[in-house]
Amino acid sequence: MFKILKHQKLGPKMQFMELDAPLVSRKAEPGQFIVLRVNETGERIPLTIADFNRKKGTVTIVFQEMGKTTHLLATKNAGDSISDVLGPLGNPSEIEHFGNVICIGGGIGVAPVYPLARKLKQKGNKVTSIIGYRSKNYVFWEDKMKNASNKVLITTNDGTYGEKGFVTDVLKKLMDGRELIDRIFAIGPAIMMKAVSDLTREKEIKTIVSLNSLMVCGMGMCGACRVIVGGETKFTCADGPDFDAHLVDFNILMKRLDTYKEEEKISFEKWKAEVDYYEES
Amino acid sequence: MKNLNKKQVTMQEQSAEERKHNFNEVPLGYSKEEAILEASRCLQCSTHPCIDGCPVHINIPDFIKAIKEDNVQLAIDIIHKSDSLPAVTGRVCPQEDQCQAVCIMGKVGDPIAIGRLERYAADWDLQNREGGKIKLPTKEKSNGKNIAIVGSGPSGLACAGDLIKNGYNVTVFEGFHKTGGVLAYGIPEFRLPKSIVQEEINMLNKFGVKFATDALIGKTLTIQELMRDEFDAVFIGAGAGLPRFMHIPGENLAGVYSANEFLTRVNLMKAYKFPQYDTPIKIAKKVAVIGGGNVAMDSARTALRLGAEHVFLIYRRSRKEMPARNEEILHAEEEGIDFNLLTNPVRYVGDEKGFVKTIECIKMRLGEKDASGRRRPIPIDGSEFTLDIDQVIVAIGTTPNPIIPRTTAGLKTGHHGVILADENGATSVKGVFAGGDIVTGAATVITAMGAGRKAADSIDKYLKGKI
Repeated sequence: MFKILKHQKLGPKMQFMELDAPLVSRKAEPGQFIVLRVNETGERIPLTIADFNRKKGTVTIVFQEMGKTTHLLATKNAGDSISDVLGPLGNPSEIEHFGNVICIGGGIGVAPVYPLARKLKQKGNKVTSIIGYRSKNYVFWEDKMKNASNKVLITTNDGTYGEKGFVTDVLKKLMDGRELIDRIFAIGPAIMMKAVSDLTREKEIKTIVSLNSLMVCGMGMCGACRVIVGGETKFTCADGPDFDAHLVDFNILMKRLDTYKEEEKISFEKWKAEVDYYEES
Repeated sequence: MKNLNKKQVTMQEQSAEERKHNFNEVPLGYSKEEAILEASRCLQCSTHPCIDGCPVHINIPDFIKAIKEDNVQLAIDIIHKSDSLPAVTGRVCPQEDQCQAVCIMGKVGDPIAIGRLERYAADWDLQNREGGKIKLPTKEKSNGKNIAIVGSGPSGLACAGDLIKNGYNVTVFEGFHKTGGVLAYGIPEFRLPKSIVQEEINMLNKFGVKFATDALIGKTLTIQELMRDEFDAVFIGAGAGLPRFMHIPGENLAGVYSANEFLTRVNLMKAYKFPQYDTPIKIAKKVAVIGGGNVAMDSARTALRLGAEHVFLIYRRSRKEMPARNEEILHAEEEGIDFNLLTNPVRYVGDEKGFVKTIECIKMRLGEKDASGRRRPIPIDGSEFTLDIDQVIVAIGTTPNPIIPRTTAGLKTGHHGVILADENGATSVKGVFAGGDIVTGAATVITAMGAGRKAADSIDKYLKGKI
């Protein structure tokens, strides 16, 4: 069992948790993820590591309540335990001195961008972060991102905070600017990563995305997470999760992500009925 | 000379009509009377070729004699000396290729049903354990040496079982949340009930073996860290977990699974009980299973039990070349699996949502023998045809998982990434041993157990300075 040490709500349906997982924390690097299981009948879900504290032996996860498992997890309080935490999985992001780096986080994807930006800055890169949210009340970790970056640009879809629009709108402006961009990292919904990739492909700016495929094992034995990269089948868990965005077949990724839409709905509805769940508006 | 009873005592099983709608075990086991009757057929021949035919060298004639005399405790004690998981091996060993293949009785009639008798003794033991009557095998006094075992599948459990008896402190590391390896995620409930696997593992646990789940060696901890921090030797029995694909168009459509994913969802994650369990599996109407091994049979029969109306089994060679056990092929045929032999998939086509909808196949003919000694399948031009399906399970084999070789400096690997180990199971890294599928490539439960036992013996000798 793994104890939840902290649990805070970051925004609508957005949760922050610090887990007691010393073996995971000891080795965790930006870009890696964990697979967790809430209880004995639970499914295994992958979550990117949003932070870690080796001294305390903790890892931080930030997640959005989407289906049953994430809603169930959100009902757990500090002091409660969950059945399983496995990690750190996947390969760490390749971080070196690139020069001028842009880190893009979309929604919940801002969380894993944070340790990445922090390490990039530590390595002497000039880090400009573009973080995009749905609306003002969804904004989280602005201060942390400011500490981890040289400059932070914020967008909201509805313009209630920062610039109105999408992260790609801001990225486009930066790309049109005078400064050369040496590398871009983008983490967020598949559709956002695809949009970033489409934008940077023309200008041949090396862009790394962290893929959020469906996953079961997390250790390369099942192939549920397979994606097509550069025309070849790759396993997100074993070969990624970071890939060269310009080689990723995002259409296949997005279609595969929808495989269990119906089942996810059945599972969530059943759970809601069982716990008499009250959906916040 | 008395009259020989040339026929095996048949084992009762669920009828095909009944069993294809449930996940309960298919063969039901021998009763006491049936077991004694079958045991009485054994000639107790002096040459006992069966012992040499067994990869872990169980003293078969002696345990059969004990069953004949209704001394089942003695029978299980004899088996336990060589095999720490008899309830498992009694069910899934290919006895027809091993002990039973060389049985003298086989020359005049049916060989003795050694596997069934082994299962009888093991099940008797499990039932008595449930009744609280646990008799632990004897073990030597602790020698203070610590051994790490990587992977809780057949080779790791066999290795652990022997080392704990010899006085070692043994910790088994498992990446999944549950122990058993392929016994837990791969072999279906109807062939190997999971409660039996866990009971055998509980027995090892009671005997002193420690199990650490959620610990993926190569990621959570490395082999070097294990050797540096706590352990005097390491045994790697991580299996051949990487699923192979054919790399044909459409293979990444939704609804196309590796057998590993399909079986893991159903067996380990209990997707057949969805939504009581959270892990989903697509319930398909028409399923194509690609391959001709035991895993293909398991996948086809699982798909049927999940509710498929029609299951095509597509295999590129003829029935004769199928690597699956005959018993499994027969069971699959009885249950109505539609065998499409000398057929190979060419590509998959999906709908606008990306779900697989049709499979295009080509007929094959057999040419000259290839490196595997089997006749090579050759496509017949112009013989392409399509089948409407809504699920595909690719069961064409696995290769070793690369995580450990990639993260262990100096660990030498060979063809398909297998770990190279000598006849003692020693790898290129001092104190690190390996065995099972990660060394041989995908094989059987019992060969992996044999390798685990061999490595346990080598580790014992190594730590006593004998090799």
